[in-house]
Amino acid sequence: MNLDSKVPSGPLEEKWSKHLNDIKLVAPNNKRKHNVIVVGTGLAGGSAAASLAELGYNVKSFCIQDSARRAHSIAAQGGINAAKNYPNDGDNIWRLFYDTIKGGDYRSREANVYRLAQISNEIIDQAVAQGVPFAREYGGLLANRSFGGAQVSRTFYARGQTGQQLLLGAYQAMMRQVHEGKIEYYPRHEMLDLVLIDGKARGIITRDLVSGEIKRWMADAVVLCTGGYGNIFYLSTNAKNSNVTAAWRCHKRGALFANPCYVQIHPTCIPVSGDYQSKLTLMSESLRNDGRVWVPRKKGDNRPPNQIPDDERYYYLEEKYPSFGNLVPRDVASRNAKIVCDEGMGVGPTGYAVYLDFRDAIKRQGVKTISEKYGNLFDMYENITGDNPYEVPMRIFPAVHYTMGGLWVDYNLMSNIPGLFVAGEANFSDHGANRLGASALMQGLADGYFIIPYTIGDYIAGNELPEVKTNHEAFDEAAQNAQQHIDKLLNVKGEKSVVEFHRELGKIMWDKVGIARNAEGLKEAIVQIRALRDEFWQNVRVPGDQANYNKYLEFAGRVADFLELGELMAQDALNRDESAGCHLREEHQTSEGEALRNDEEYSFVSAWEYQGVNGQLQEQLHKENLEFEFVELKQRSYK
Amino acid sequence: MADTFTIHLKIWRQAGPDQPGKLVDYTLDNVNEHMSFLEMLDVLNEQLVAEGKEPVEFDYDCREGICGSCNLMINGQAHGPKALTCTCQLHMRNYSDGDTIVVEPFRARAFPVIKDLVVDRSALDRIIQAGGYISVKTGSAPEANSIPVDKAVSDKAFDYATCIGCGACVAACPNSSASLFTGAKLAHLNRFPQGEPERRKRTVAMVEQMDAEGFGDCSNFAECEAVCPVGISISAIAEMRRDYMKALVAGEEA
Ligand SMILES: Cc1cc2nc3c(=O)[nH]c(=O)nc-3n(C[C@H](O)[C@H](O)[C@H](O)COP(=O)(O)OP(=O)(O)OC[C@H]3O[C@@H](n4cnc5c(N)ncnc54)[C@H](O)[C@@H]3O)c2cc1C
Ligand code: FES
Repeated sequence: MNLDSKVPSGPLEEKWSKHLNDIKLVAPNNKRKHNVIVVGTGLAGGSAAASLAELGYNVKSFCIQDSARRAHSIAAQGGINAAKNYPNDGDNIWRLFYDTIKGGDYRSREANVYRLAQISNEIIDQAVAQGVPFAREYGGLLANRSFGGAQVSRTFYARGQTGQQLLLGAYQAMMRQVHEGKIEYYPRHEMLDLVLIDGKARGIITRDLVSGEIKRWMADAVVLCTGGYGNIFYLSTNAKNSNVTAAWRCHKRGALFANPCYVQIHPTCIPVSGDYQSKLTLMSESLRNDGRVWVPRKKGDNRPPNQIPDDERYYYLEEKYPSFGNLVPRDVASRNAKIVCDEGMGVGPTGYAVYLDFRDAIKRQGVKTISEKYGNLFDMYENITGDNPYEVPMRIFPAVHYTMGGLWVDYNLMSNIPGLFVAGEANFSDHGANRLGASALMQGLADGYFIIPYTIGDYIAGNELPEVKTNHEAFDEAAQNAQQHIDKLLNVKGEKSVVEFHRELGKIMWDKVGIARNAEGLKEAIVQIRALRDEFWQNVRVPGDQANYNKYLEFAGRVADFLELGELMAQDALNRDESAGCHLREEHQTSEGEALRNDEEYSFVSAWEYQGVNGQLQEQLHKENLEFEFVELKQRSYK
Repeated sequence: MADTFTIHLKIWRQAGPDQPGKLVDYTLDNVNEHMSFLEMLDVLNEQLVAEGKEPVEFDYDCREGICGSCNLMINGQAHGPKALTCTCQLHMRNYSDGDTIVVEPFRARAFPVIKDLVVDRSALDRIIQAGGYISVKTGSAPEANSIPVDKAVSDKAFDYATCIGCGACVAACPNSSASLFTGAKLAHLNRFPQGEPERRKRTVAMVEQMDAEGFGDCSNFAECEAVCPVGISISAIAEMRRDYMKALVAGEEA
């Protein structure tokens, strides 16, 4: 298979504008003859659906939640990057591009990342015009703050609810088009399969989550904006309904899955408190500006933290990384927390937590200042844990947060299946092996507002798309496939609940395909996942029936897909015998514990082709070589 | 590990929209103070599944208090006893051993029950569809800093914009009014210079849609403000009324 990235030739700065000049257009009165399906209503899907409808296409929009506004994007806190250079601190498009590609440890495509930086400014304009209430200075102009991995202040934010406000902007634009009759809107519908006719994506199959009905939908192009797959770990910062099903079912129809092993783990989350735990809550990274991270030096020291004298505390980040201290990058902080806990120095009831202590900051700056900076986070922490962080140190631990991998797409954000486009966290495109803070929102909106609407036009104008009906045999086959899968799940009638399987899978993934990986562990993980998958199909118990609202049935389908994806992630991690960004192979580290890349052999995107699952998952690897014409590859260092 | 304690539950069970519903008793004896309210229901569901019974259906997604999915009436209070807290952020440390908790869906004519504790809140989407936006096509926006906005105005707009669309205001209101929800969106958008051109049209369209959906009028009970998990101020409703009257006087039609 030839993986053509379709990156236009020419200077980096001119690629996108040149491409826009070259691509084909669909005449305004022809657009209404074309149907586009958009699956997902997060930042990527919401913005794509609204923009395509504004252009005149007939759009059908689907999501799992009862309203488009509840997509997982709503939970993003910190902000969105753009190269506006309002603070006059020397920022520009090149710097944003460079920081992003370096942050990704040189495992992304130059041309895509440059375009992202170029588009970033338009996103801010669009959001402000929609009424997104970004933070402002007293003079009435927009304010910025700093985020990790950058030396300039380029992050726009709306207090701690930037994702909410941006999503509501996109949602409202979408609702306007629903009102205009340009979007048909189907919340509580889950996509279960992709329909291919003559090798092109021509429709989808959904399950109506209220009535259970399996439905067929026809289109000229399908845009998948279904988010990331971090929930494979069971515990993550993702919303409970986040899943891989739509992407995985497309993968099984032939779409390549790229870089599945790249998973970002966020260092500061509220730790697990017990088996019943259903998700992990993120505590903003900004806390590390004033909090000091430590564990007791003595293993199993269970004195209350305030009774442990300073010389018996191990401030491990400050000791190991004297120049960056508590502000080392996300991956380094996460890795070190795991190491001290594995060594038995962890705290709290499970031994898997470290302290984030504000005692010294409060002594130095006073309670008032600290509460002005972090008051809402402290309150949230106290609400969840019952501890008052002004008096006792917070307990934190890393948690799975974001997945850089996803379906492979070319420069037009089209997968290798013609007519299947993929946007937002669901694709693999822009973050390489590690995503910088405040750049997922930027990417989702760039894809949806400013890339997909043009590249879909090019596809529709350039391809024969004969009319198809939903009684076509391909629809019959896909609908039956979806139905059989559901029947199979309901008919196992075993003893063990879906949640237990999911938890067990999560534990394997966390222990062996998590913060740090090695060949031996990955091989074990593959064996364990296969066994768990077999057991699932022998012994899962899915209550209730299909013709009804049935959350357990929904989850069963998603866990079944995770049980396959997990094996691919482990395989990809095993295959990538180097470290890069968040993918740390213990065999390959610098003396400082940083990821050690092997550019000679691994400067490529791994794109996996599904070939079947029969006890084992069969996947064939294809490689897209990454060419760096404009940046020089260096050892990433934040010292 | 923290000590566990016992909780008695009376939960609304209803098989479908047209089926009768009733409160059913359950007892959980392994509740832990760190559990969230929804995690406590997860534990119940796991127990029910193990016993071969049908689990209780309820809505949730983020479990972080931001998506607005979770929506339970807990001992007659929308989102339970804690101010500024939605169901998923309520923790079991607010309860004691032996407590009885009644759990029901958010009830309103405009929120029909789908199953158990799950209701249909699509009426709220339709209020937004009627006019809850600023009409700006992708790509047509002016440079962001070309429209300065007074920080105080912007901060105030933000306070209203934080509505999570959960519908607690409707469930708590004796009239099942959606005035706080609708007023909050209007108070957000009508405040901005960008929102000014459509101000009258938007206000009338959203208010009329709210009525058409079968939500009741506002009689100033202020129950909505008391239960709002993000603390939206009831002054949104006063603003909405003022804007609505002004728009009608100016001849705006629905
Ligand atoms: C706690 C938290 C904080 C974050 N903070 C930031 C931040 O400050 N800055 C930043 O840049 N990024 C942040 N991120 C990351 C960012 O929020 C996400 O990467 C981004 O919002 C993903 O957007 P999306 O549109 O791709 O997908 P999502 O928002 O995940 O939307 C997925 C959509 O697809 C639908 N869907 C999924 N499967 C199906 C199916 N089978 N059928 C039908 N519909 C389906 C869902 O219903 C939903 O509508 C944060 C993430 C988390 C978890
Ligand atoms: S589940 Fe999202 S607000 Fe409660």
